[in-house]
Amino acid sequence: MRGAPATMTVLRPRSAAEALRLYASNPEAIPLAGGTDFMVGWNAGQANGLTILDLAAARSWTHIEATKAAVTIGALATHAEIQRDKHVRRHLPLLVAACGTVGGLQIQNRGTLGGNIANASPAGDTFPPLAVYEATIEIASARGRRRVAFGSIFAGVKKTVLGPGELIEAIHVPIPRTPSRQLWRKVGTRAAQAISKTMVAGLLWLGRDGTVTELRFALGSMAPTVRRLSKAEAFVEGKRLSREVIHEACALMKQDVAPIDDMRSTAEYRLAVSQNLLAGFLTRQT
Amino acid sequence: MVHVVGTSARRKEGPEKLAGHARYVDDYRIPGCLHGVTLRSSIAHGRIRRVALDPAFAWGEFVVATAADIPGQNVVSLIEEDQPLLADGEVRHALEPIALVAHADRARAYQALEHIQVEYEPLEPVLAPEQSERLFKSFLIERGDVAAGLAAADLVVEGEYLLPHQEHAYIENNGAACWFEGDGTLVVLASMQCPYYVHKAMKPLFDLPGHKIRVIQAVTGGGFGGKEEYPNLIAGHAALLARKAGRPVKIVYDRHEDMLATTKRHPARIRHRTGVKRDGRLVAQDIEILMDGGAYLTLSPVVLSRATLHATGPYDCPNVRIRSRVVATNTPPNGAFRGFGAPQTLFAAELHMERVAEAIGLDPVAIRRKNVLRVGSALAVGQVLHESVGAEAALEECVKRSHFKEKRREYARWNWRTDQPTWRGIGLALVHHGSGFTGSGELYLASKAAVALTRAGEIRVLSASTEFGQGTNTMFAQLAADSLGVPFEWISVETPDTSRVPDSGPTVASRTCMVVGRLVQSAALQLKDALLREHGHVPHSLPRLREAARRLCGDDAERRFEAQYERPAGMQWDDQTYRGDAYEAYSYAAVAVDLEVDKATWEVTLARVIAVQDIGTPINPLLAEGQVIGGTAQALGYALLEAPVYKDGVMLNAQLTNYIIPTALDTPEMEIAFVGAPYSNGPFGAKGVGELPMDAPPPAVAAAIHNATGLWITELPILPERLAAADRRRQAPRARR
Amino acid sequence: MTPSAAGLRLRVNGKPVRFAGAPFTRLLDVLREELGLTGTKEGCGEGECGACTVLLDGRPVNSCLIPICQAAGRRVETVESLGTEASLNVVQRAFLTQGGAQCGICTPGMLMTAWAYVRGGGSSEPAAIRRELAGNLCRCTGYQHIVNSVIAALRARRRSHAKQRSEPKRTVGRQRKPATKPQARRR
Repeated sequence: MRGAPATMTVLRPRSAAEALRLYASNPEAIPLAGGTDFMVGWNAGQANGLTILDLAAARSWTHIEATKAAVTIGALATHAEIQRDKHVRRHLPLLVAACGTVGGLQIQNRGTLGGNIANASPAGDTFPPLAVYEATIEIASARGRRRVAFGSIFAGVKKTVLGPGELIEAIHVPIPRTPSRQLWRKVGTRAAQAISKTMVAGLLWLGRDGTVTELRFALGSMAPTVRRLSKAEAFVEGKRLSREVIHEACALMKQDVAPIDDMRSTAEYRLAVSQNLLAGFLTRQT
Repeated sequence: MVHVVGTSARRKEGPEKLAGHARYVDDYRIPGCLHGVTLRSSIAHGRIRRVALDPAFAWGEFVVATAADIPGQNVVSLIEEDQPLLADGEVRHALEPIALVAHADRARAYQALEHIQVEYEPLEPVLAPEQSERLFKSFLIERGDVAAGLAAADLVVEGEYLLPHQEHAYIENNGAACWFEGDGTLVVLASMQCPYYVHKAMKPLFDLPGHKIRVIQAVTGGGFGGKEEYPNLIAGHAALLARKAGRPVKIVYDRHEDMLATTKRHPARIRHRTGVKRDGRLVAQDIEILMDGGAYLTLSPVVLSRATLHATGPYDCPNVRIRSRVVATNTPPNGAFRGFGAPQTLFAAELHMERVAEAIGLDPVAIRRKNVLRVGSALAVGQVLHESVGAEAALEECVKRSHFKEKRREYARWNWRTDQPTWRGIGLALVHHGSGFTGSGELYLASKAAVALTRAGEIRVLSASTEFGQGTNTMFAQLAADSLGVPFEWISVETPDTSRVPDSGPTVASRTCMVVGRLVQSAALQLKDALLREHGHVPHSLPRLREAARRLCGDDAERRFEAQYERPAGMQWDDQTYRGDAYEAYSYAAVAVDLEVDKATWEVTLARVIAVQDIGTPINPLLAEGQVIGGTAQALGYALLEAPVYKDGVMLNAQLTNYIIPTALDTPEMEIAFVGAPYSNGPFGAKGVGELPMDAPPPAVAAAIHNATGLWITELPILPERLAAADRRRQAPRARR
Repeated sequence: MTPSAAGLRLRVNGKPVRFAGAPFTRLLDVLREELGLTGTKEGCGEGECGACTVLLDGRPVNSCLIPICQAAGRRVETVESLGTEASLNVVQRAFLTQGGAQCGICTPGMLMTAWAYVRGGGSSEPAAIRRELAGNLCRCTGYQHIVNSVIAALRARRRSHAKQRSEPKRTVGRQRKPATKPQARRR
């Protein structure tokens, strides 16, 4: 263990409002939510001497609320709390499924949705569901608030569009109309507590005539950031899902993703699996 | 009369572990103790030009040690003395230790490492064993005439099998604490499997005689061979710092360092050329083995030996040639890992048997029945198996319990349908595993164990065999209790401390029960004789026991009864010709694996494992079952998940996040059964069990995957990426890539 | 632990604790170094192995990833709160009879996850238990005896609750602990 506690400066605001004020005057501070990612690097000695903004007391950001139109999840709600929430369970099942695979139970009891997003890993488990649910990120700072569409929150690997002094306050998820089909699947390095090689979230609405009203399909771990398959989605709209249409949609996938070879997997495998999962989703009856 | 042997007596040290009171090395609060850390080579091969301490850094508060500080010889004693304790002049592998630093604050000690600069003159590293010109050891075993056998065969089947490194991933990392007493005695407290190996290794380093070195085993959180020889190195480091500091020093690795720097299973490339008759009889086995030993010899000759002696699988073939080599590369030295060479060669032998079966159109069970070892069979080295050969019994029981034939038919129907989302398969493997040290090894070890009766009436087992989860303490207590005819609760097993216990040899090679247990039994019988002579009968109550103890001990604190290894009658081995009785006895296992492969993702889901073992008598069924399930899980990891990734001789995925071991969701329910007859020379009929479970699951998995998909994957681990690539090659063999 | 006006306050195993050291000291190190509760172990420092698992407000967490400032005002339970060698609790006893502990290094963390599960009345389905324990790695047991231990603990707890409900109440308010029965030998 190479972390040196004595070298750390810890700012401990007693509320969300105070956190924003402290962050404004200490923009170099590192905001700490559940710490499940940051502390790994800290244990390895990579963060000694830094200033931490401890968000643990910002209790107002842990609540989950729902209206008829949307579920609003506080940035500091943990993955475990999100899975237990009755509104999320009823309306956002893909998010429940994703939260259930973020690490193991211990990580889920500490890791937060806001922290997950701010960390901006290409492999963030909650990102494909948030992408197809078309969430909005509510950002707060000492200067005020703004909203960013989830699809625009990431700037690259481990980079968001958050500016100095800005923190994620809540994630606003509109409740989708009931889909004809939905899918969430993570293909990881093992059955539990795994980093994904690829993962998919899909929502499909079919008209009464069997043609596609709307397809939303997102992939994680297939590019520096989560990707919606905009080309495939546009292509299938209005069409019947014949074998040829499905085959073309899968081919179009290649234009919207950029899988890599790394120590976990290969680009070839990732693409093949992603295409199979899209094909399977578009083919099946349920 | 047998009361507790054969029952699932409670783990002796269980309550302490469950209460969280068991003390592992990092749980000890040693007054004045410093934390030690290690500076390691960043290149795979080179000469050290300079080791420079940054003059601007406050070195006054640190203790720094290099090879120059070693009072004796700069050597890690094992089979040979080619490995230095600290690199001096040349580094031969990345992560090789060069210098040591100690400080009262662990974080500060690590910080100091960043202020030491090493200048190297890089040399070309040899990273692939195929390119190595440095031979550590080779073997040639021949029986009959393999060329004639191949010529006489109806079919010759060839195959090549590749096995990777494997990391032990014990949940407790390596750690050692050392200090020197006032009288100059060196005390070592460490996580370890072999206290007397460490004891021996400290002597040349510090020019100390044996009685001035005391090695104590701390409660040890897993070994699997990873703490067989490695503690010699880490204890040497801690001791060197302690000597220079004049204070105790503790070195405990974090996970990353442990994975990067400590020993791994030997990678291997194994080639088979097998001649077979139409009826399934093997007539020739021509086998070549190449193993990668890493930069230093460590235990490579013995790993190669066991690999070679198990290379044919548990079969009787009249013409055999095995040519094996282990070579040096500029990678961290490989070492002992449960199975010790046999998992590698048995993977190849058993998967190859599947391919031979398919080639001649025989089913996997039939071909094994045709060739399996039986009582009276002879092995390639000339050993005739006189008794206790439960291979066939294990095979039949496994086939029965797994519903092997029915499942093959059922899965054939399932796989024929194109609308199923998965393929299903069942595969099996049959293996043998020699118990105890190879050949004359036990004779050279000349192990001892003792049972003592203290003046206060305590009965204690004294041996150097360590407990690290397998159940050593409990099993010894059971053997002693029944040998004496007293309750299990009356027996305690002392912590291995070289100032107290005799040298029972290392806790390895599946020898602890069969070899050392036999000594414990023998010593207990001596105590029993003494009690009978003294008392007329063995005391029935504790007060009576205390009376007898007072009389037997007189003025002494205890009366000790010691037994020493004797080679079983008729056993013989020639080290020069490498022929004779390679192992005193063999255990056998047949394992069936039932699994599913997802057609979209090529992920493998294990449905069920059925493992049947012949280990003579299970002394403690619960503990024996625990060994089998645990070893099987570790073997399933080797087969499907665990892949150390190397670049320039450095392991890239040296964290538990990226080196994937099975979780509770990755291991299936397992059905475990024991068959076979008691072994006449084993304590209460027992043979070895610890390593056997590693051997069969990997080839059984590969066989099941072939049954499911039709694909032969002959390289471990069978990752989905490998399956996918093989599947896609098969689907479009002429497609442009 | 030096009593001082400054410092963070939390509850550990039912007792109030004040920590005056660096606020970024890990909870794991406060437990082990400051409080001498060495039952909780460090296996990886990455949040992968779960050997450092403690209960924080009743829920399993990796204490190697929590700076003490984030545990301020909260309730921590470690393996030392379950029972002693002489008086093991229902989960510890089940691990002993079912072989759930081998080398023992993963055991404290495993017990805390298992205890929270049993205390919360979890399902006896092996698949549900395995999912719950997926964040606690074990290299020795292959997990099966651990699953059996949790099932045995659930059963024992249900029996003792049923027994309590059927017994006439002798005290009001406080719940009496059921008498421990001698354990049947597993054959």
